[in-house]
Amino acid sequence: MKKNKRIFFSVILVFSLVFGSAEAASAMHIMEGFLPLNYCLIWGAVCIPFLILGVSSIRKIVERNRKTLLILVMVGAYAFVLSALKIPSVTGSSSHPTGTGLGAMLFGPTAMCVIGIIVLLFQAILLAHGGLTTLGANTFSMAIAGPFVAYGVYVVCNKLKAPKAVTVFLAASISNLFTYCVTAFQLALAHPAEVGGFRASFAEFLGIFAVTQVPLAIIEGLLAVVVIKGLEAYARPELTELRYFEGGAIR
Amino acid sequence: MTRNVKITIILLLLIVAIVVAPLLFIKDSEFGGTDGKAEGAIEAINPDYEPWFESIIELPGGETESLLFCLQAGIGAGIFGFGFGYLVARKKYQKGE
Repeated sequence: MKKNKRIFFSVILVFSLVFGSAEAASAMHIMEGFLPLNYCLIWGAVCIPFLILGVSSIRKIVERNRKTLLILVMVGAYAFVLSALKIPSVTGSSSHPTGTGLGAMLFGPTAMCVIGIIVLLFQAILLAHGGLTTLGANTFSMAIAGPFVAYGVYVVCNKLKAPKAVTVFLAASISNLFTYCVTAFQLALAHPAEVGGFRASFAEFLGIFAVTQVPLAIIEGLLAVVVIKGLEAYARPELTELRYFEGGAIR
Repeated sequence: MTRNVKITIILLLLIVAIVVAPLLFIKDSEFGGTDGKAEGAIEAINPDYEPWFESIIELPGGETESLLFCLQAGIGAGIFGFGFGYLVARKKYQKGE
């Protein structure tokens, strides 16, 4: 088992080091080529510090909380699965969940930045979904904004002593919805309407992304509750080490 | 069945219901991706905008794309299931000691 863990870890670390140090070009669910170059560069630059923090956060987890690596790999795999599932929604369009909220609750938001960018790169390079030029913008929405919101909601709900299931549901679903609001914001910023400018565009893109996303956000929230229930039952030692039961994530 | 198992089953059924409902009630839609829709919106807002970069991979069609998406989900589900299986078995055999 130890050997397996080491292999998983090596893969994650190699990915994070390679991509963490590379100049992040822009990119995720905004389509390839659909953000002007300057926006691609700006969003890419914004992501770099988060990725650096993320790599060091993962390194810390590896050094101090080796035992929890399996859980980290699992939440990474969870994000991988969820972002592959295009689910039909009430608007007659399809979109997919992000899966990054769950990991953010357990490992803190920056660790998920690294996991998120791995997912995005896979999709951009192999699936022609999202894109390399828009990588920065997409990383910001799915791997930074989403996890940070999830973590914020998680901490606030814990302070309010909300039941765990409610906390996890809210954190996962709000972060999912927020991810796509950020995407709409990014597109509106880059493509203001001739009449009405940024606001009109923002409303337009929100209508496309956010409304479609509402049922998916609920699904992601419910699924996160299922997974966390499973982990509570079978991974108690790891969750204790992650300070899950005290309502925090390791730092 | 324990309470947790019941809750889990109910939640999973609820998820399935949320996924299926739009398919039942919205008949005249192909459920295209929101990214495609956003492309259309950008063209409407900004007709002169030319996408300046193409995907580095041109997939021949929907079948190949679905292959790769399946692969992504399959790899993820495999790793996730492996982890969960390990945790469940660990708990089971620790009890026996």
